[in-house]
Amino acid sequence: MNENERTKHHDPGYGLFIAVWAALMALTAVTVEVSTIHLGFLNVVVAMAIASVKASLVVFFFMHLKYENRTLKTMVLVAFVILAIFIGFTFFDTANR
Amino acid sequence: MTEHRDYLGAKMGMWIFLFTEILLFGGLFVLYSVTLGRYPTEFHEASKLLDVTMGTTNTMVLITSSLFAALSVVGLRKGSRKVAKTCIFLTLTLACCFLVIKYFEWSHKIHAGIYPGGGTLTQWEPGKQAFFSLYYTMTGLHGLHVILGMGVFLWVWTRIAVGTCTPEHFVALENAGLYWHLVDLIWIYLFPLYYLIT
Repeated sequence: MNENERTKHHDPGYGLFIAVWAALMALTAVTVEVSTIHLGFLNVVVAMAIASVKASLVVFFFMHLKYENRTLKTMVLVAFVILAIFIGFTFFDTANR
Repeated sequence: MTEHRDYLGAKMGMWIFLFTEILLFGGLFVLYSVTLGRYPTEFHEASKLLDVTMGTTNTMVLITSSLFAALSVVGLRKGSRKVAKTCIFLTLTLACCFLVIKYFEWSHKIHAGIYPGGGTLTQWEPGKQAFFSLYYTMTGLHGLHVILGMGVFLWVWTRIAVGTCTPEHFVALENAGLYWHLVDLIWIYLFPLYYLIT
Protein backbone atom coordinates (compact mmCIF):
# COMPACT_ATOMS: atom_id res chain seq x y z
CA MET A 1 0.00 0.00 0.00
CA ASN A 2 1.56 3.32 -0.98
CA GLU A 3 1.25 6.62 0.85
CA ASN A 4 -1.58 7.92 -1.29
CA GLU A 5 -3.80 4.86 -0.81
CA ARG A 6 -3.39 5.14 2.94
CA THR A 7 -4.65 8.68 3.09
CA LYS A 8 -6.75 9.56 0.08
CA HIS A 9 -10.16 8.65 1.51
CA HIS A 10 -9.93 11.62 3.88
CA ASP A 11 -7.74 13.85 1.82
CA PRO A 12 -8.51 17.58 2.30
CA GLY A 13 -8.55 19.51 -0.98
CA TYR A 14 -7.39 22.98 -2.06
CA GLY A 15 -10.63 24.69 -0.95
CA LEU A 16 -10.33 23.76 2.72
CA PHE A 17 -6.78 25.13 2.95
CA ILE A 18 -7.77 28.38 1.27
CA ALA A 19 -10.65 28.75 3.77
CA VAL A 20 -8.24 28.14 6.69
CA TRP A 21 -5.85 30.71 5.20
CA ALA A 22 -8.68 33.28 4.96
CA ALA A 23 -9.57 32.66 8.62
CA LEU A 24 -5.90 33.13 9.63
CA MET A 25 -5.68 36.41 7.73
CA ALA A 26 -8.93 37.66 9.31
CA LEU A 27 -7.68 36.74 12.79
CA THR A 28 -4.40 38.59 12.12
CA ALA A 29 -6.42 41.72 11.27
CA VAL A 30 -8.53 41.24 14.43
CA THR A 31 -5.49 40.90 16.69
CA VAL A 32 -3.88 44.06 15.24
CA GLU A 33 -7.16 46.01 15.65
CA VAL A 34 -7.76 44.80 19.22
CA SER A 35 -4.23 45.83 20.24
CA THR A 36 -5.12 49.49 19.51
CA ILE A 37 -7.86 49.40 22.19
CA HIS A 38 -6.46 49.99 25.64
CA LEU A 39 -7.41 47.08 27.93
CA GLY A 40 -4.35 47.02 30.21
CA PHE A 41 -3.22 43.53 31.14
CA LEU A 42 -6.16 42.04 29.22
CA ASN A 43 -4.44 43.08 25.97
CA VAL A 44 -1.84 40.34 26.44
CA VAL A 45 -4.54 37.79 27.37
CA VAL A 46 -6.65 38.61 24.30
CA ALA A 47 -3.60 38.58 21.99
CA MET A 48 -2.55 35.15 23.32
CA ALA A 49 -6.12 33.79 23.00
CA ILE A 50 -6.31 34.86 19.34
CA ALA A 51 -2.80 33.49 18.69
CA SER A 52 -3.89 30.15 20.17
CA VAL A 53 -6.95 29.97 17.90
CA LYS A 54 -4.65 30.66 14.93
CA ALA A 55 -2.16 28.06 16.19
CA SER A 56 -4.94 25.44 16.44
CA LEU A 57 -5.99 26.14 12.85
CA VAL A 58 -2.38 25.67 11.72
CA VAL A 59 -1.87 22.47 13.73
CA PHE A 60 -5.18 20.77 12.89
CA PHE A 61 -5.49 21.71 9.22
CA PHE A 62 -2.15 22.84 7.73
CA MET A 63 -0.25 20.26 9.78
CA HIS A 64 -2.97 17.72 9.08
CA LEU A 65 -3.37 16.61 12.71
CA LYS A 66 -7.17 16.39 12.41
CA TYR A 67 -6.69 13.52 9.93
CA GLU A 68 -3.98 11.62 11.81
CA ASN A 69 -4.42 8.50 13.93
CA ARG A 70 -4.99 8.51 17.68
CA THR A 71 -1.38 7.64 18.55
CA LEU A 72 -0.02 10.77 16.88
CA LYS A 73 -2.80 12.95 18.34
CA THR A 74 -1.98 11.66 21.85
CA MET A 75 1.73 12.31 21.32
CA VAL A 76 1.07 15.92 20.31
CA LEU A 77 -1.26 16.38 23.28
CA VAL A 78 1.41 15.00 25.66
CA ALA A 79 4.04 17.36 24.18
CA PHE A 80 1.79 20.38 24.79
CA VAL A 81 0.89 19.19 28.32
CA ILE A 82 4.61 18.95 29.11
CA LEU A 83 5.08 22.49 27.78
CA ALA A 84 2.15 23.69 29.93
CA ILE A 85 3.65 22.03 33.05
CA PHE A 86 7.01 23.65 32.25
CA ILE A 87 5.42 27.11 31.89
CA GLY A 88 3.05 26.61 34.85
CA PHE A 89 5.74 25.52 37.31
CA THR A 90 8.03 28.39 36.30
CA PHE A 91 5.23 30.79 37.24
CA PHE A 92 4.55 29.04 40.58
CA ASP A 93 8.17 29.85 41.32
CA THR A 94 8.51 33.40 39.96
CA ALA A 95 5.07 34.55 41.22
CA ASN A 96 5.95 33.64 44.81
CA ARG A 97 9.43 35.11 45.12
CA MET B 1 14.49 -6.13 -4.09
CA THR B 2 11.90 -3.67 -2.82
CA GLU B 3 12.91 -0.60 -0.91
CA HIS B 4 11.69 -0.44 2.67
CA ARG B 5 9.31 2.42 3.38
CA ASP B 6 7.51 3.38 6.57
CA TYR B 7 5.17 6.28 5.88
CA LEU B 8 3.66 6.61 9.37
CA GLY B 9 7.05 6.11 11.01
CA ALA B 10 8.61 8.86 8.87
CA LYS B 11 5.86 11.28 9.82
CA MET B 12 5.98 10.36 13.50
CA GLY B 13 9.75 10.88 13.50
CA MET B 14 9.24 14.37 12.09
CA TRP B 15 6.69 15.18 14.78
CA ILE B 16 9.07 13.99 17.52
CA PHE B 17 11.70 16.33 16.12
CA LEU B 18 9.12 19.13 16.12
CA PHE B 19 8.43 18.49 19.84
CA THR B 20 12.08 19.29 20.57
CA GLU B 21 11.66 22.52 18.59
CA ILE B 22 8.52 23.38 20.58
CA LEU B 23 10.43 22.91 23.83
CA LEU B 24 13.40 24.95 22.52
CA PHE B 25 11.17 27.92 21.70
CA GLY B 26 9.00 27.14 24.75
CA GLY B 27 11.99 27.85 26.99
CA LEU B 28 12.51 31.21 25.31
CA PHE B 29 8.79 32.05 25.63
CA VAL B 30 9.01 31.29 29.37
CA LEU B 31 12.01 33.60 29.65
CA TYR B 32 10.07 36.29 27.75
CA SER B 33 7.00 35.94 30.01
CA VAL B 34 9.00 36.08 33.24
CA THR B 35 10.90 39.16 32.03
CA LEU B 36 7.64 40.80 30.89
CA GLY B 37 6.23 40.19 34.38
CA ARG B 38 9.28 41.90 35.85
CA TYR B 39 9.42 44.94 33.54
CA PRO B 40 5.86 45.50 32.20
CA THR B 41 6.25 49.27 31.63
CA GLU B 42 9.62 49.02 29.90
CA PHE B 43 8.36 46.22 27.64
CA HIS B 44 5.38 48.41 26.71
CA GLU B 45 7.61 51.29 25.73
CA ALA B 46 10.23 49.21 23.94
CA SER B 47 7.50 47.42 21.97
CA LYS B 48 6.29 50.79 20.62
CA LEU B 49 9.64 51.14 18.84
CA LEU B 50 8.91 48.16 16.58
CA ASP B 51 7.13 48.79 13.29
CA VAL B 52 3.63 47.23 13.49
CA THR B 53 3.06 47.59 9.71
CA MET B 54 6.20 45.62 8.92
CA GLY B 55 5.35 43.02 11.57
CA THR B 56 1.79 42.61 10.24
CA THR B 57 3.02 42.37 6.66
CA ASN B 58 5.49 39.68 7.66
CA THR B 59 2.75 37.76 9.50
CA MET B 60 0.59 37.79 6.37
CA VAL B 61 3.55 36.84 4.16
CA LEU B 62 4.41 33.87 6.37
CA ILE B 63 0.80 32.65 6.68
CA THR B 64 0.45 32.80 2.88
CA SER B 65 3.73 30.92 2.42
CA SER B 66 2.33 28.25 4.75
CA LEU B 67 -0.80 28.04 2.58
CA PHE B 68 1.31 27.34 -0.50
CA ALA B 69 3.30 24.73 1.43
CA ALA B 70 0.01 22.97 2.27
CA LEU B 71 -1.24 23.31 -1.33
CA SER B 72 1.98 21.79 -2.71
CA VAL B 73 1.21 18.56 -0.79
CA VAL B 74 -2.36 18.49 -2.14
CA GLY B 75 -1.04 19.08 -5.65
CA LEU B 76 1.49 16.25 -5.48
CA ARG B 77 -1.08 13.84 -4.00
CA LYS B 78 -3.48 14.63 -6.80
CA GLY B 79 -0.68 13.66 -9.18
CA SER B 80 0.51 17.04 -10.37
CA ARG B 81 4.24 17.60 -9.99
CA LYS B 82 3.85 20.93 -11.73
CA VAL B 83 1.39 22.29 -9.13
CA ALA B 84 3.63 20.98 -6.34
CA LYS B 85 6.74 22.62 -7.76
CA THR B 86 4.97 25.93 -8.45
CA CYS B 87 3.60 26.02 -4.90
CA ILE B 88 7.06 25.29 -3.45
CA PHE B 89 8.47 28.08 -5.61
CA LEU B 90 5.83 30.49 -4.24
CA THR B 91 6.58 29.38 -0.66
CA LEU B 92 10.28 30.09 -1.24
CA THR B 93 9.57 33.49 -2.82
CA LEU B 94 7.42 34.53 0.16
CA ALA B 95 10.10 33.23 2.53
CA CYS B 96 12.58 35.56 0.78
CA CYS B 97 10.12 38.48 1.21
CA PHE B 98 9.90 37.66 4.91
CA LEU B 99 13.68 37.70 5.29
CA VAL B 100 14.07 40.94 3.31
CA ILE B 101 11.51 42.72 5.52
CA LYS B 102 13.22 41.29 8.61
CA TYR B 103 16.56 42.55 7.27
CA PHE B 104 15.18 46.10 6.89
CA GLU B 105 13.73 46.03 10.39
CA TRP B 106 16.96 44.80 11.95
CA SER B 107 19.31 47.07 9.99
CA HIS B 108 17.14 50.12 10.82
CA LYS B 109 17.40 49.28 14.53
CA ILE B 110 21.11 48.49 14.35
CA HIS B 111 21.87 51.81 12.61
CA ALA B 112 20.03 53.58 15.43
CA GLY B 113 22.34 51.85 17.93
CA ILE B 114 19.56 49.65 19.27
CA TYR B 115 21.29 46.29 19.61
CA PRO B 116 22.85 44.47 22.58
CA GLY B 117 25.94 46.49 23.47
CA GLY B 118 24.94 49.27 21.02
CA GLY B 119 25.48 52.97 21.85
CA THR B 120 21.79 53.85 22.27
CA LEU B 121 20.57 50.67 23.94
CA THR B 122 23.21 50.63 26.70
CA GLN B 123 21.95 54.06 27.86
CA TRP B 124 18.43 52.71 28.43
CA GLU B 125 16.80 51.00 31.43
CA PRO B 126 17.58 47.27 32.03
CA GLY B 127 13.99 46.32 31.10
CA LYS B 128 14.31 47.78 27.60
CA GLN B 129 17.70 46.16 27.15
CA ALA B 130 16.16 42.82 28.12
CA PHE B 131 13.33 43.36 25.61
CA PHE B 132 15.73 43.94 22.74
CA SER B 133 18.06 41.10 23.74
CA LEU B 134 15.07 38.75 23.68
CA TYR B 135 13.80 40.31 20.44
CA TYR B 136 17.08 39.65 18.62
CA THR B 137 17.49 36.17 20.11
CA MET B 138 13.97 34.95 19.36
CA THR B 139 13.39 36.56 15.95
CA GLY B 140 16.99 35.63 15.05
CA LEU B 141 16.49 31.98 15.95
CA HIS B 142 13.16 32.07 14.11
CA GLY B 143 14.86 33.63 11.06
CA LEU B 144 17.45 30.84 11.13
CA HIS B 145 14.57 28.34 11.00
CA VAL B 146 13.14 30.18 7.98
CA ILE B 147 16.50 29.84 6.20
CA LEU B 148 16.76 26.14 7.13
CA GLY B 149 13.17 25.54 6.01
CA MET B 150 13.99 27.12 2.64
CA GLY B 151 16.91 24.72 2.31
CA VAL B 152 14.64 21.77 3.08
CA PHE B 153 12.11 22.90 0.46
CA LEU B 154 14.85 23.36 -2.14
CA TRP B 155 15.97 19.79 -1.44
CA VAL B 156 12.40 18.45 -1.79
CA TRP B 157 11.91 20.51 -4.97
CA THR B 158 14.97 18.76 -6.46
CA ARG B 159 13.66 15.37 -5.35
CA ILE B 160 10.34 16.05 -7.10
CA ALA B 161 12.23 17.17 -10.21
CA VAL B 162 14.35 14.01 -10.36
CA GLY B 163 11.41 11.81 -9.44
CA THR B 164 12.32 10.45 -6.01
CA CYS B 165 9.46 12.33 -4.32
CA THR B 166 6.35 11.26 -6.20
CA PRO B 167 2.52 11.26 -5.99
CA GLU B 168 2.86 7.74 -4.49
CA HIS B 169 5.64 8.52 -2.01
CA PHE B 170 5.38 12.13 -0.92
CA VAL B 171 6.33 11.94 2.75
CA ALA B 172 9.48 14.07 2.19
CA LEU B 173 7.31 16.93 0.96
CA GLU B 174 4.79 16.40 3.75
CA ASN B 175 7.55 16.54 6.40
CA ALA B 176 9.08 19.66 4.83
CA GLY B 177 5.59 21.18 5.07
CA LEU B 178 5.28 20.17 8.74
CA TYR B 179 8.56 21.95 9.50
CA TRP B 180 7.42 25.04 7.63
CA HIS B 181 4.07 25.17 9.44
CA LEU B 182 5.87 24.94 12.78
CA VAL B 183 7.99 27.96 11.82
CA ASP B 184 4.74 29.77 10.97
CA LEU B 185 3.22 28.64 14.28
CA ILE B 186 6.11 30.11 16.27
CA TRP B 187 5.80 33.42 14.42
CA ILE B 188 2.06 33.50 15.26
CA TYR B 189 3.10 33.84 18.93
CA LEU B 190 6.18 36.02 18.37
CA PHE B 191 4.22 38.64 16.44
CA PRO B 192 1.72 39.74 19.16
CA LEU B 193 4.31 39.37 21.94
CA TYR B 194 6.81 41.74 20.31
CA TYR B 195 4.73 44.07 18.16
CA LEU B 196 1.33 44.34 19.82
CA ILE B 197 1.86 44.71 23.57
CA THR B 198 2.06 48.51 23.31
